[in-house]
This record gives sequence, structure tokens and C-alpha cells, in this order.
Amino acid sequence: MMDRYSKLQVVGLYAAIAVFMLFMLLPFVEMFLASLRPLEHLFRSPYQFWSEDFSFDAYSKMWETVPLLGRYIFNSIFIATAVTFLTMVFVVPASYAYARLDFPFKSASLAGFLAVNMFAGAVLLIPLYRVLRSMGLLNTYWAMIVPGVAFLIPTGIWLLRSYLEKIPRELEEAAFVDGASRMYTLRRVVLPLATPGLIVVGVTVFISAYSQQFIFAITFNQTRELQPLPAGLYEFIGYQSVTWNEMMAAALVGVLPVMIIFLFLQKYLVAGLTAGAVKE
Amino acid sequence: MNELSETQPAFTRSVRSKRTVLPEKWFAAMLIGPALLFILVIVAWPLIETVRLSFMQAGLGGEKFVGFDNYEDLIESKKFHRTVIRTFYWMFLSVGMKLVLGLIGAMLLNAAIPGRALFRVLIMPPWVIPIAVGCVGWLWLYNGQFGALSGAGQYLGIIDGPHEFLAYKKSAFYSAVVTDVWVGTPMVTLFLLAAMQGVSRDLYEAAWVDGAGRWYRFRRITIPQIMPVLVTMALYSAIFTFNSFDIIWILTQGGPRGASTTLIIDTYKVAIGNYKFGEGAARVVVIVILLGTFAAIYMFLLNKLLRRFGSK
Repeated sequence: MMDRYSKLQVVGLYAAIAVFMLFMLLPFVEMFLASLRPLEHLFRSPYQFWSEDFSFDAYSKMWETVPLLGRYIFNSIFIATAVTFLTMVFVVPASYAYARLDFPFKSASLAGFLAVNMFAGAVLLIPLYRVLRSMGLLNTYWAMIVPGVAFLIPTGIWLLRSYLEKIPRELEEAAFVDGASRMYTLRRVVLPLATPGLIVVGVTVFISAYSQQFIFAITFNQTRELQPLPAGLYEFIGYQSVTWNEMMAAALVGVLPVMIIFLFLQKYLVAGLTAGAVKE
Repeated sequence: MNELSETQPAFTRSVRSKRTVLPEKWFAAMLIGPALLFILVIVAWPLIETVRLSFMQAGLGGEKFVGFDNYEDLIESKKFHRTVIRTFYWMFLSVGMKLVLGLIGAMLLNAAIPGRALFRVLIMPPWVIPIAVGCVGWLWLYNGQFGALSGAGQYLGIIDGPHEFLAYKKSAFYSAVVTDVWVGTPMVTLFLLAAMQGVSRDLYEAAWVDGAGRWYRFRRITIPQIMPVLVTMALYSAIFTFNSFDIIWILTQGGPRGASTTLIIDTYKVAIGNYKFGEGAARVVVIVILLGTFAAIYMFLLNKLLRRFGSK
């Protein structure tokens, strides 16, 4: 058949995949190995890949070195969840309008939204700082949530719009003829049909929100208790010494909850991307 | 879909002839309004404010109008010119590698071999975890004394002694590029993979029946079919890479001696690090102009190319 590979090709494919995977997973392997080494042996030179004194001590000690670690892990997930929820509240109605309705300034306003993609949060930090300060939001969760939402709305609209465009119009027209209001049609006909698309966009937004908290956290928030993991990790860099092994352990444990959730959601993600968002 | 509308009469509700239907444009305004308002307050207003600030000498003390002074400083500064060039070099290099690796990765993961479902999951961690957390691992990898890269290099005899990757101008810059590629590749791979799976099998089978080889099918079917996703990803990735902050900040803070300072890092240092808000704002305006011009040229060339080659 068309898909059959010769033995040599199969070996080649697996070898290429192995190299690719090595690149993708190398830092994690390194983090894991470093987390197992006792601190005094971390700085041993020449480099040793394997040593006999590997231990899991760092995984228990890290909670004492940085007592707020659990809180940081929670904060990261909490902020990303809040960003995702708020973003979806804004994105779902807006992308429906762009997918289906006809109105003045449609393409101009859509272009305006997409242009926001050009500015990462980093570009607008100075005035954003002032806006957040005047709203009294500095050093609160909101200081990290609000900018996150703003920069993810355009991406969300872009992804969800192309998904909604694929839902057949006939269903909405049928509901409309039956006397359903526009809002009712959107809520009861379109949204249930768009669930796979909503999951894809939701997961994508969550991942972006989760992975890009660092700059807002270090710039807009000084409250230690509210710090997300990426910023909190740097507390392992102490005044006296850096407990690298514990920092590595904390990094791995810190991302574990999201990795586990992601493991369950990833098949929807791949399927959903294939089904919808990829049109153009 | 037609089946559904045919069953409709079964639960017919009489169409209320006098019901008031919200006009389309008002409904649209209602749906878009909240998102638009949010963007206006959090993005558009700060942007206008930035433009105003760029004509000021502003700091913690107060503001003073200085006209185009901030811009003149930038135009005259050789250091700034180098930063602009470095930023574009950074962007083209990194995006190019992400696209090539993403394409290869998508091809590999699209091949019909056992285990591909597992491999698809395994490439995602760099994308899923916070960028700043992944950088901690790279920080360690690049360490000369106890990092695995320097260690492996010594074992293999490529380098004589410990090599501190982040301490030398050249290697610090390229180390940051590698990490940026590492962060960006999984998403490109995933989107290209999804696009590849959307290509109709009939096309491949027809070509196969005609005796087209694998490489030929890839070049003549896969590539043209995924082109729309590829070019969109390229632009999206370019803008994202141009504005990449976390990676460089954590690995090198723009150093050593400015060797890995991109526009974003430079702006952050000036504005947030030294409280020179006016000078920082002028840099932001330059960034927006440069990126906007780049995006416009990209779209222009793209449209021209697409028309030339007759695809839609």
C-alpha cells in the first residue's frame, strides 16, 4: 500500500524522531538529573552524567526552602484559568459576530483586533503600568489577569471565528424560522455545535496564559503571596546560595498538574485543530 | 444537514408574525462591544499614551515636552542601529529554524508508524510549560562547569575545557536562539500536523496510482495544500519571536555586553530598568512602525506570489 515503508525507511524515521524528541526533552532530562544530585555534588567538575549519590531529598526540602511554593503553583494555575474564562467570555460573542453577521466596519474592526497581536505585553508595559495603577490594580491578581486577557482576545477571535464559519448556516436559519431570538440561537444552537472548537480555543488560550505570566508578574506585582510559579521559582536564588537542585525539582513538580490535565485534553486539541481552526 | 431541517415540521412552532427581531448590526455591536471596549482601554489607550510619552522627557520626577529629541537620539545612535539589525537577524534566524523544524516534525509525526500518538504528546511540553520554567533547564544546560552540553562536548572532545555558553557574545546569542526555537517549534509542528491531516487522502491516492513517489507527493500535494497555514504561522511566529522577552531576559539579560539585546530587551531596560519612560516610549513607537511595515510588506509579497502562482 501507499503507506508502507521499507525497513530502512522505518529505521530512518525512528532515528529522526529520536533526534527530534531528544531536542524537545533534553532540558527536562537535565532538570531531572540536576534535581537528583545533592547540592554539594552539583558543582562537581568534570561533568558526570551519572553519580551514585542520586537522591530525592530536594523534592521534600524544596517546600521548606520556599514555603510559598505550593501557593505559587496554585497562583499560576489560578491566573491562567481566570484569564481563559474571561477571554472566552469576550471572544465567543465577538467571533460569532465576525463569523456570521454583517455590519458596518466589520473588516476594519477585525483588522484592528488582529493588529493587537503585534504588541506583546512587553511593548506596552509603561502605559499599562500607569493604567493599572490608576485603576488600583497593581499588586493584585488582576494586574496579571487583565493584560493577559487583552493580549489573548485577538488570538481567540482569530481561532474561533474560522471554526464557527464551518458550522452550517441552515441550523441557525431553522431555529430562527421557528421563532428563536438571535441570542437564543447563539446559546442553544451554535454553542453546543461549537463545543470542540471552544475546547481547542480554550486550551490554546490557557496554555498561552499559563506560559506567558512571567513579564506581567515581575513588572506589575510585588506581593509575594500572589506571585505565579515562573516568578516564584527565582526565590531559590537566595542571598547566600542557590539551591539549584531544589529549584529544578520545584520547576518539575510545579508544572506537573497542568501537564497531567493537558495529557487528557491533548487529543481533543489535535482533533479540534484538524477539524476546524486550520482553514486559513 | 438537510435531514435535520426536514424533520423540523415535527415540532413546529408557529412563526410569530409580529415578533421584533433585533437588527443585525445592533446585535453585532452588542456581541463585539465588550471585547472592543476592553481592548480600547488596555491596549489602544496605552498605545496612544505611549505615542504622547515618546515626545516627552519623562521619568519618576515628571514630564517635559522635548519634541523629537528622543527619536533623534535613536536615529543617531549606532548602538540602536545594531540592536535593530540584531533583532531582525534574531527573528529571521529563529523563525526560519522553527518553520523548518516544525515542518520536519509534522512530517515525522504524520508518518503512519506505530507510536506516533505517543510522540505527538512528547513534543508538547516545551509549549505547555511556562517559558520561564523551561528556561531554568536551559540555564543549567548552558552552564560551563556542570551543564550537560559542556560536559558532553568535553567527553566527545569537541571542546577542551568547560565552555560557558552564556558568557561569550556569539555563543550567548545563538544559545538564546536555540532556546527560542525550542519553545516555538512544538506549536508550529502541531498546527502544521493538523493542516497535513486535513489534506484529502484522495489526492495522495490519485498521485500514488499514477506512480508519484513520496517526495514528489510531499512537494506537489502536501506543501501546496498546507501553504495557507504555513504562511499564517510564519507571520504569527515572526511577530511573537520579534517580541520574545522571557527567554533572553532569563538567560542573558541581553548580555554579554549587549550581544543578545533585542529591541524588546533594550526597551525594557531603558523604560522599566532606568525609569526613562520617554526614551522607552520612543523605542516602542519604533518597534510598532518596524513590525507594522514588516507585516505589510509580508502580506504584499504574499498576495503577489499567490497571484503569480495562480493558487487562491
